[in-house]
This record gives sequence, C-alpha cells and structure tokens, in this order.
Amino acid sequence: MTYLTLSLTLIFVLIPIILSRTLKLGLEKDTLIATVRSIIQLLAVGYVLQYVFEADNIIFILLMVLLMIGAATQNARRKGDSIRGITWKLFVTFVFIEVLTQSILLGFNIVPPTPQYIIPISGMVIGNSMVLGILFLNRFTAEVESRQDETELILTLGGTPRQAIHTQLITSIKSSTIPTIESQKTIGLVQLPGMMSGQIIAGADPVQAVQFQLLILFLLLTTAVVTSIMLGFLSYPTLFNKRMQFLKLKS
Amino acid sequence: MNQAAIIFQDVNYSAEGLHIIKNITGFFPEGKITTLVGPSGAGKSTLFKLCNGLHSPDSGEILIKGKPIDTYNPIELRRRVGIALQSATMIKGSVLENLELPLTLQEKTIDKEYAEELLHDVGLAGDFLKRNAMDLSGGQKQKLSIARTLVNKPDILLLDEITSSLDRVSQHDIEELIEKINKKYGTTMIWITHNLEQALRIGHFTWVMMNGELIESGESSILENPQDERVKQFVKGEIE
Repeated sequence: MTYLTLSLTLIFVLIPIILSRTLKLGLEKDTLIATVRSIIQLLAVGYVLQYVFEADNIIFILLMVLLMIGAATQNARRKGDSIRGITWKLFVTFVFIEVLTQSILLGFNIVPPTPQYIIPISGMVIGNSMVLGILFLNRFTAEVESRQDETELILTLGGTPRQAIHTQLITSIKSSTIPTIESQKTIGLVQLPGMMSGQIIAGADPVQAVQFQLLILFLLLTTAVVTSIMLGFLSYPTLFNKRMQFLKLKS
Repeated sequence: MNQAAIIFQDVNYSAEGLHIIKNITGFFPEGKITTLVGPSGAGKSTLFKLCNGLHSPDSGEILIKGKPIDTYNPIELRRRVGIALQSATMIKGSVLENLELPLTLQEKTIDKEYAEELLHDVGLAGDFLKRNAMDLSGGQKQKLSIARTLVNKPDILLLDEITSSLDRVSQHDIEELIEKINKKYGTTMIWITHNLEQALRIGHFTWVMMNGELIESGESSILENPQDERVKQFVKGEIE
C-alpha cells in the first residue's frame, strides 16, 4: 500500500466527524485525537519493529517484551488498586505467562525463534492477559465487597482464609474466562479473526492463515485461564493478616 | 468467686479512625450466662469479634480460659468460641448444607439424625433439611444460625441479638434452649440483647456498655438498681 492510498483511508475518519458535527454528537475532538494518536503510535511501532527485526538481537527482543509488560501492568493496576501490592502481582503474572507460552512455542519448535514471530505473539499474549487481568480484578473486588458477610461467617465458624474467599475467587475466575471460551465457539462463523484476515489480505494461503490463527486461539485460552487463576491466588492472601482476620479492601 | 472464661485487661480497639473499645477491663464468668446490654453503637458486637479473634486489640490483653488470645491458633479459637451473628448470614444451598458448614470446612459430614436433633432443639422441623436456606424467614434463619454455631460444640457461645427478629413464642423457645445448653454442657454464654427484661430474666450476670466503655458489671440485678447515672437513664429508656 502506498502512502497516497493510505491517506485515502482517512475518508473513514471524515465520515464519523461529519456525522458527529451534523448531529452535534460532540465526538469530533476525540475522533481527531484518536486518529492522530493511532497514526503516530502505529508508525512508531512499525519503524521500531523494522529496526528490531533487522538487528535480530535478543536484547532488543527482551526490551520490547519488557516494554509491553510494563505498559500492560501500568494499565491494569488502576483496576485493582484496592488490592495491596497489585502492581508486582500483575507484573509477575504477565512475566510468567510470557515465559510459559514462549517456552512451549520455542521449546517444541512450533514457531521459529525470530523476532518476527516472538514479538507479535508476545503482544497478543500480553495484551490478552492484560484484558483478562482487568476483567478478573473488576469482578473479584466487586465480589469481595458485596460478600463480606459470607467471608466473615466462614471465618467465625473456623474456616481458613482460602475457604472464606473460595466462592468469590471461583466466581471471578469463571466469569473473566468465559468470554474467551465463548468467543472461540463462534469464531469463523460470525467474524474472521483480525490476525487471520490480515494474513489473507497480505496474500498468505488461507489454510496457513487458519493454522496460525488456531495456534493463537489455543495460546489465548491458556493465557486467559492462567492469568485469572494466578492473579486470584496471588491476590486473595493480601485480604487477610497472619491472625486470619479479614482486612477490608484499600479505599 | 467465679472462674473467668474470658478476661479483658485494659483493652482498646480502633477502626477507621474511631476509638470503638475504650480501656475495657472485666471478665465473663465460666459456665454462666452473661447478658451484654447498652445503646446502639456501644461497641458490643465489636467486643464479640475481639473474643472470637476476628479483630485484635490495639492495646491491652484478652485471656480465654486463662491463656492470652494470641497464643491460640485462630481456627481452634473460633471453633471453641462460637459466635452467632445478628445478620444470620446463609450460604447458597439447602438448610442441610448450611447446618453442615462448620464440618464441611473440616472436610467432614454431618450425621442426619444429629442434624435433625439440632433443628428440633432450635424449634425447626426435621423436614426443613432439604429446603433452600435463602427461602427461610428472618426468624428461621436466626434459628438455623444458632444450630449451625452449635455444630462446633463451642466452650463459649457469643450470641448477638439472636432473638430480635423472632416472635414471642420463638423467643421463649430460644431462651429455653440456651438455658438448656448452658446447664447440660456448662457452656459459657454471652448474649447481646436490647431487651432489658430478657437480660434480667436470662442473665446470671450483666455487662452494661456505653460509647465503647464498660460502665457497670455484676449480677443481673444491677439492672434493677443501677449505680451509675447513665445506666439509670438507659434502663429508664432515656438513652436509645
């Protein structure tokens, strides 16, 4: 695609701006900011990736992955700041997920150990893990808040903190992972996944595109379940002290 | 002098910037029923949570059966010092699942006959076992909550306003049950109540708390002839 053709795609930005102005929706400023930011961010990433791919240096790959984990942690921590030490819990979770998935992919030679594969797959894994983390934390803090009586009841009857928080933990893990599992059931029927569509448009063999998409889907399944479980088991102990007393969430 | 089941020595407790329990020194006699009365916000329920280890004092010491409370394993302590809370919280599931909960937490199950006997003791029919606990009335939940607390066979039983949502007949049944358990097993009972007649009728001893302080304590007859001016006003119903 030439830059001239690319600039023609701005028609798709003009349509919502004109509609917003005509109907006085007040979305013009946000639409413009979003457009400018996406152009700058994506072009910057494109040039950085080009450089990293050409350099083919492990240090650059590690720095890119670390940057992704840092940004994901920064973004997700706002949703869980009522849980003590949430920043390092998220960071450890994202690092673990990245190490786990890349070890399987590279260890079994499923993908070649080149930046062209490692970086985009890491982006999808960490991005998905971040969304799952946010979903989990949202639900978990709401469950803990609304079921304090139940937690207290189990403690008074001689239950452990793990038993006192069990229902809230399981409910939150399930509810945050269900969307990932459900969306896989209809994939290909309702919509073609972005990565697969991109490959097909770029001229790849559709069957090979599907194979890669399946790899990503299965990877994201592990990511979803491991993120929720790991965050859950790292988070719940901070709700109790050594005397097994329930501490309220930070306000 | 009676032996003490629980002793408070200069106990203070604060939460969210509020000084809730102020320099409390006193004791609850072993094997007796002590009623705990006082206006709302006096710190009575917080005192219970201190006895059950749900909270720890900021200063001072609590002795349970002569041993400092923090030397107990929290789980063992909570099984020995049972508490039936005013909220009578139920978990999702049947009456049986709720009644069995203290044992489920220890990976044990309840004997059906024992479950029916417990329900009978609190005035609920045995066929309640299969019913959904969430469908019970406030009074029935309260009775089930008491039965559930008894499953752990506690040495000390803390009862927080357990008859406030019951009708007169049920109130009487529960009072009889508590007296029966007290006599049969020698269980130490501490009972928070708003009903001063009940406090006088049931309690061998009484504590009067106000604004986080222990104002008067002694045999329940102190409610008939209080010494402190504030207690006099409270007994007359001038302080709610």
